[in-house]
Amino acid sequence: MFAYCADPKSLEGLQWLSCYLTTGTHFSFYGSFLIVLVLLFVTAPVALAFGFGGAMAARSPAAPLRWLGKGYMAMVRGVPDIVFFLFFIIALDQGFEWLTHQVRCPDWIDPIRQGLEFRVCPQAKIPPNTAPQMVHQIYNFGLAVVTFAIVFGAFAANVLAGAMSAVPRAQLETGEAYGMTQRQVFRRIMVPQMWIYALPGLSNLWLILIKATPLLFILGIQDAVYWARELGGFKSQTYSYPHPDWRLWYFLGLLIFYLLMTRISEIVLDRITRRLSHGQATAAGEAQRKGAVA
Amino acid sequence: MKKLILSAAFAALAAGGALAQDTIRIATEGAYPPFNFVNDAGKPDGFEVELFNQLCEAAELTCEWVTTDWDSIIPNLQSGNYDAIAAGMSITEERKAVIDFTQAYYPATFSAYAAPSADADLSGVVAAQVNTIQAAHVAETDATLLEFATPDEAVAAVRNGEADAVFADNDFLKPVVDESNGEFVWAGEQIQLGEGIGLGIRKSDSELKAKFDAAIQTVKDDGTLNELLKKWFGQDSVTF
Repeated sequence: MFAYCADPKSLEGLQWLSCYLTTGTHFSFYGSFLIVLVLLFVTAPVALAFGFGGAMAARSPAAPLRWLGKGYMAMVRGVPDIVFFLFFIIALDQGFEWLTHQVRCPDWIDPIRQGLEFRVCPQAKIPPNTAPQMVHQIYNFGLAVVTFAIVFGAFAANVLAGAMSAVPRAQLETGEAYGMTQRQVFRRIMVPQMWIYALPGLSNLWLILIKATPLLFILGIQDAVYWARELGGFKSQTYSYPHPDWRLWYFLGLLIFYLLMTRISEIVLDRITRRLSHGQATAAGEAQRKGAVA
Repeated sequence: MKKLILSAAFAALAAGGALAQDTIRIATEGAYPPFNFVNDAGKPDGFEVELFNQLCEAAELTCEWVTTDWDSIIPNLQSGNYDAIAAGMSITEERKAVIDFTQAYYPATFSAYAAPSADADLSGVVAAQVNTIQAAHVAETDATLLEFATPDEAVAAVRNGEADAVFADNDFLKPVVDESNGEFVWAGEQIQLGEGIGLGIRKSDSELKAKFDAAIQTVKDDGTLNELLKKWFGQDSVTF
């Protein structure tokens, strides 16, 4: 990065450190924090959407839809995360490739499955083999988002279904008394009121999601924990910047990052709770009302 | 008729498989210096990377490096996420049951124990990387095997006192011992394991295997492989 970094082994002290901290691998390390943040902010809304869909399906009066919703929740919640991340992602990837294979290579004669191997025609590869590494990484990232969303969506579905049931029946009945249809009652009364009941569960999920991001490495994405382990490990003279085992320092850095994330989340969640409690028939809402009167 | 020709041509093209696709994605662990590692510029580097960059150029293939987790390196090859594995992977009977190997580009490796003292208890707790030939060997001895995801963690386990010794490739441990200022010394005898290190390839990819087999034979014959071995593993490195 700096001109004086050309011969790192002759450097000392601060100069060495400034060169060390600006190597290509360190920039990948800094970038990986961004990847973690992007994953969080993309996955959370998608997972919430999955959860909302799942909760609606599980509470649906139509039996097949209800089975689907309940089945989704039971299945994902019952299967260990690691199994999901190891096998589901490979299955999803192979599923996509199998489909494109059927479309693009109808004349392919070799079997796709040969023992443990999975072999589609080169044209059906997603992304194609010739694509730059960047495209492969973005595709993997996409798969990661989908997997995270499905897993966390199932938990969110359970939380939201519970929250929907927690809205006082009297509230809904009032809506019905005004002549609203079931749909209107759902949209105008139940959904705006359920969030306060869902929030404790959802905030738990959010914090678990933050901590689950190191699972990204299983999916072939180099996240912050991977880089911390990689950079902190003992480096012999083969490297330009040899150093002993510094993992402790790198992991301390990670600790600060994750603590900061948790703290910010708590502050934001507190604010949302206060806002959502406003005018609610809950203890917190009641306390707010009394405070306002006094 | 036209359709027939077209589909025949298409089938021929498709049957070309690995030959038709000119980009070969090679997976490596990137954490096993000097075989393969990620250098300070963030690029894959090391003996294997230099060797295969040369071989690919000679064979007119575009090769792309993928760094991946060691533990899932074989399943991902099988599911087609990349086409080859060059990650210091020794050729063993167990691995040959699931994937194919080219001929060895590194002779049967010597593995060694490194420990805080030369008289360390080698039948005590021994650390090794998971799914390696060394882990398999330790499991067969009287020692208690302690497995780690990366070789670096296996070394750290000895440093922390979690294990009595670490068992790994001699070439990997050498800089660890040499630069440890006496913290690590060799313990016990060196042991030769496996049938050398080869490039792992899917069983169905016989054209690609033939191609690399030929390319490796060329560099063996003209001596460039030996030069590379000396460059990365020192003048007294094993050679062909």
